[in-house]
Amino acid sequence: MALQITESCVNCWACVDVCPNDAIYEDKPHFLIADDKCTECLGDHSVPQCAAICPIEMAIVDELGAFLNPPGSLTGIPIEKLKQFGLWKEAA
Amino acid sequence: MELPVISNTPPAAEGGGCASSGCGSAPDALAHLPDHIRAKVQDHPCYSEEAHHYFARMHVAVAPACNIQCNYCNRKYDCSNESRPGVVSEVLTPKQAINKVLAVAAEIPQMTVLGIAGPGDPLANPARTFETFEELSARAPDIKLCVSTNGLNLPMYVDRIAQHNIDHVTITINCVDPEVGAKIYPWIFWENKRIFGVEGARILIEQQQKGLQMLTDRGILVKVNSVLIPGINDEHLKEVSKIVKAKGAFLHNVMPLIAEPEHGTYYGIMEQPEPTPEQLQELQDACAGDMAMMRHCRQCRADAVGLLGEDRGDEFTMDKIDVMEVDYEAAMVRRKEVHDSIIEQLEAKRGNVKPKAEELGIPADARPVLMAVAGKNGVVAEHFGHAREFLIYEASPAGARFMSHRKTELYCGGMDACGDGDVVDAGATESLLERNIRILEGCEVVLCSKIGYEPWGKLEAAGIVPNGEHAMEPIEEAVMAVYKEIAATGKLSPAVDSKKVA
Repeated sequence: MALQITESCVNCWACVDVCPNDAIYEDKPHFLIADDKCTECLGDHSVPQCAAICPIEMAIVDELGAFLNPPGSLTGIPIEKLKQFGLWKEAA
Repeated sequence: MELPVISNTPPAAEGGGCASSGCGSAPDALAHLPDHIRAKVQDHPCYSEEAHHYFARMHVAVAPACNIQCNYCNRKYDCSNESRPGVVSEVLTPKQAINKVLAVAAEIPQMTVLGIAGPGDPLANPARTFETFEELSARAPDIKLCVSTNGLNLPMYVDRIAQHNIDHVTITINCVDPEVGAKIYPWIFWENKRIFGVEGARILIEQQQKGLQMLTDRGILVKVNSVLIPGINDEHLKEVSKIVKAKGAFLHNVMPLIAEPEHGTYYGIMEQPEPTPEQLQELQDACAGDMAMMRHCRQCRADAVGLLGEDRGDEFTMDKIDVMEVDYEAAMVRRKEVHDSIIEQLEAKRGNVKPKAEELGIPADARPVLMAVAGKNGVVAEHFGHAREFLIYEASPAGARFMSHRKTELYCGGMDACGDGDVVDAGATESLLERNIRILEGCEVVLCSKIGYEPWGKLEAAGIVPNGEHAMEPIEEAVMAVYKEIAATGKLSPAVDSKKVA
């Protein structure tokens, strides 16, 4: 059970600082989550911390590839606008 | 149409004036400050309008993480072609940042201020931010440290700020009402949760106000930045200005919203209008009754280097810094000499008296005139077509007053062109010229060192008189000289003017 970071990541370090397991590390082209360390914050917090602070929609996914912050969920930009600007994806 | 012909007598001969500053409002705007505070800001370009002509600042981008979302910000911040807050080319480690600061300080001795301003929120990156400050206060004690924050984490770090001798803190406060806040901040990260809407805004506002009070209680200078968002917080900012003044902030900087669709921000995509220069000035004037307003802000990048309005960041990329050798002890001696000499100049100038309007022969009831100046370092210095910004001055019988600056450059090539914004489409020159003329709306004269035939005609057609007669003259003197010329034509007074002076 572990979360993953997608290519949408902008390398802002926010998740690194809040991960209770030090599971997130710097890599190119973007940060990654160590499978063996990530607990999805179970036992530490009510929600996964990386996904709770991540400013970028679609940057964090669960094992099934589902976005923890789907398009429009953080900015409130309507889906039709996101599609118009090429900022919308159904799945990772 | 004939251009006003200006007397060849150098205006300086008419009684001193501001020899090279060009910005008259700073000493006045800050005149109410006690001496010990004035001493703290006299060499700080972001706090003193006067200082910004002489002293430079730099930001180091060691703080990429953020703990809130603002609707005017897009966290994709690696664009090298844009100049606006939150944008940087490379995020630095504290060690890289220190090397960069020492290299710049040695190279640009008039750089007096090091700020950490992002690209995220410095206090959401406490380890990186305070490591940088700590190391710098030990190695470069002659550099002033300052930090800029959204305020959410401010109360928990106020003591560390005080401990590191950080004398200047800027808090961005866009509202004091959570209902207004919910339209600006979609969410915050607070106590391990993402909190949306009004509740998030309420917590943010509470922390900002608490942090502001804690800072002023400790004698730390606080500047408040506000982004003017038409229809969202425009009227509300008047209340913000009153409240932050009451809590002891000493300067309020109202900045215009930047919202272009190609920036990919919420406001940009949702076509939220930016304020016009007139709207901005109106609000700044309305707030000016309550406290000192800052009007010379250039909304710079989170990795800007140099004087305000210029960016020498390209000279100090990490690959260049890695091969520079810096003897900071020696640099500090030279820096001290440069600083002392500038302060001496400024003090000498402060004793000078500006020429009064009646001495220039301007009727006391003459109407004010806005003029745009292609200026640099306090003088009319730039070719019309090369000016990246125009300084807007109001000439009135009370004298020349700096009002604002208006940017001319097309600083972003758009989302698709991001990263290769140097490419200018065929025919773009034309639209740039037209755009530059459009932003001068409300001005009757444009002062520059030189101007081409084509823009000359277009400016005249737009009702703006180009004037290239004052190249390299101090701005305020040039502005008043032109004002005097207009007064002499009788155009400043709708009534019959018997006091007209040739």
